[in-house]
Amino acid sequence: MTTTYLIKGATTAAGETGVDVLVADGRIAERGRSLSSAGAVVVDADGLVLLPGMVDIHTHLREPGREDAETVETGTRAAAMGGYTSVHAMANSMPVADTAGVVEQVYALGRRAGWVDVRPVGAVTVGLAGERLAELGAMAQSRAGVRVFSDDGICVSDPVLMRRALEYVKAFDGVVAQHAQEPRLTEGAQMNEGAVSAVLGLAGWPAVAEESIIARDVLLAQHVGSRLHVCHVSTAGSVEIIRWAKQRGVNVTAEVTPHHLLLTDELVRSWNPVYKVNPPLRTNEDVTALREALADGTIDVVGTDHAPHPSEHKECEWAQAAMGMTGLETALSVVQHAMIETGLMDWARFAEATSILPAQIGRVQTQGRPLAAGEMANLTLVDPAARWTVDPHKMATKGRNSPFAGLELPGAVVATFFAGHPTVLEGRLNTPHPDAQGD
Amino acid sequence: MKHLLSTENLSAADAIRILDTAEEMALVGEREVKKLPALRGRTVVNLFFEDSTRTRISFEAAAKRLSADVINFAAKGSSVSKGESLKDTAQTLEAMSADAVVIRHWASGAPARLAASDWIDAAVVNAGDGTHEHPTQALLDAFTLRRHWSQIAGRASLGEDLRGLRIAIVGDVLHSRVARSNLWLLTTLGAEVTLVAPPTLLPVGIADWPCRVSFDLDEVLATGPHAIMMLRVQGERMNAAFFPSAREYARTWGFDDDRLAALEVSAGKDTIIMHPGPMNRGLEISSAAADSPRSTVLAQVRNGVSVRMAVLYLLLSGDDSTQPTPAQEATV
Repeated sequence: MTTTYLIKGATTAAGETGVDVLVADGRIAERGRSLSSAGAVVVDADGLVLLPGMVDIHTHLREPGREDAETVETGTRAAAMGGYTSVHAMANSMPVADTAGVVEQVYALGRRAGWVDVRPVGAVTVGLAGERLAELGAMAQSRAGVRVFSDDGICVSDPVLMRRALEYVKAFDGVVAQHAQEPRLTEGAQMNEGAVSAVLGLAGWPAVAEESIIARDVLLAQHVGSRLHVCHVSTAGSVEIIRWAKQRGVNVTAEVTPHHLLLTDELVRSWNPVYKVNPPLRTNEDVTALREALADGTIDVVGTDHAPHPSEHKECEWAQAAMGMTGLETALSVVQHAMIETGLMDWARFAEATSILPAQIGRVQTQGRPLAAGEMANLTLVDPAARWTVDPHKMATKGRNSPFAGLELPGAVVATFFAGHPTVLEGRLNTPHPDAQGD
Repeated sequence: MKHLLSTENLSAADAIRILDTAEEMALVGEREVKKLPALRGRTVVNLFFEDSTRTRISFEAAAKRLSADVINFAAKGSSVSKGESLKDTAQTLEAMSADAVVIRHWASGAPARLAASDWIDAAVVNAGDGTHEHPTQALLDAFTLRRHWSQIAGRASLGEDLRGLRIAIVGDVLHSRVARSNLWLLTTLGAEVTLVAPPTLLPVGIADWPCRVSFDLDEVLATGPHAIMMLRVQGERMNAAFFPSAREYARTWGFDDDRLAALEVSAGKDTIIMHPGPMNRGLEISSAAADSPRSTVLAQVRNGVSVRMAVLYLLLSGDDSTQPTPAQEATV
């Protein structure tokens, strides 16, 4: 007998107020007004926004292999705290998630942890080496049911290999998520190439290195009639190319990270490697273009690219430092700050970009669903009026590498319901789903 | 001033104070006993993550002439090459009570990182970081320029800036910390700078820089600049398709004998030729040019010691302009 919960007086993403939702047996039992249910735990949602549980299309959980940076357990705790009910775990673990065995291991670790629905991403090429296709079909047919394939961190730069991958995944309705980075144009790259890199004397990562790959890939995707997803779009030029491709009917989706919606390469002047990330922080013009693109749907979704690193990989010279930032526990607030408080988008579009569309891209059937009776109760309850100051030492992730440290941000996750169970309640981590097969 | 990390953020007043102090230090170098007691009991560490005998011995001579204790810490062959981090190295030096750390590093920003961290309290002097900055090189170049042109104008150089001077910096600007530091410092001091380079060796994003850019060395020489600063071409650039061949580079952007001869008949009667060293004779500069009376290469080396003395003195003796100058102090 599981506990039932009555979420009372919530505002929906669409703006409807005073909505009650009864959660029982993992599902939304009832949606209505002035519901009552004896024995239900009441969650007062007055003034709070009830969203479909957030789905991250781009997370690094680091396990297996880099458990010093993050584990599935700590990463999914962080996800739950950030309002997520599902994350796509990128394939660049050690060993690489390029076989059915590894993706099933990650999937099982997620099930055992019980904080969110962990969807493993399969590598496109064996060992991310960009030489031959990994066993995409075996991963798709495994218990993990992989649908998203990516060599993220490394670009599938060989055009023939990319073409074959795009074609092959059609057999099981998969998608290739490309890390668009022309490798020769970015050898030794340390930051965005532009006015700031010129002054700092750091090797530049030119926008064209991203844009040329995206241009090639959308043309390939059109040619072979495949589905393409572009990871972490970071330049205004990339936005233009994706907009053009969508107008031509190319089946392409794109993601932007919260940090690319807020931060610029001016921060590199501090030489603090917490700002070192791939793709790099770009310019103000890029930030503006990315925000507009997310608002108008050219960029479909927000993906965190949550990339925890142990502190020794950041407490060093810029050139020595690892690339990446944590993001799961700040994504909602950063997007609210950059997109909603600026009037660029509303909570309905937020729900689309952080839940509905990422679930569709990943073909996750039980996530990103309408707020309706009978649906799986994957829900995020947000207090949009809250304000808090980011402190990486208070986070659930092992990574302390948050570029937002010290920043005051709006919006707080009050509760996260994962398959009917509150993994987060009253803004604090609660318990994993009781069906978790814990040790 | 707590640290000297770059010239980008160095004010004209601070720069002139360093140059003026260096003038006093230069006097010490001319004495029989080339030593001041100013930094007695203080410890200066030369922390070199990249080989540079020239810069290291210049700093060592500077610190020793100020009576500081000098520790040379070459990262090659030390614990650093065994994987010790910059943080651990810095904390080790802190535990040994270093008062100043002179750091040379292959990574851009390493000195700034050290200064901003809580790993160490010592004053940090950037002795060249990656392709970012080399502020004491720029200061010694400015010192050399100021002395030379003040002398010709028949003025004392103390208190002077570089207004009215036109300087061409020629060569691999993209990878040059010397070019960057000089551009910021010389323009802060009022000079006009023209960068001359093949387009492949200029950074993208240069449009905002306070200088002119030219691809034509002869055209710039014809305008009779007060100084030509030749940059070293690193060997590894030759294999990376920045230019087709060393010969083509030397012909087009090298300071060769023909260009030296052309100066005699052009407006550049008093033009000086500068080079931070070490020189690639026959590549960016011909032997005739390097050894000509116009060359200030050795004066730059000599001035380097004075400028580095001034920097160490100002950083370690506090930033109080009411203090007695080192020359006054030395007579006490």
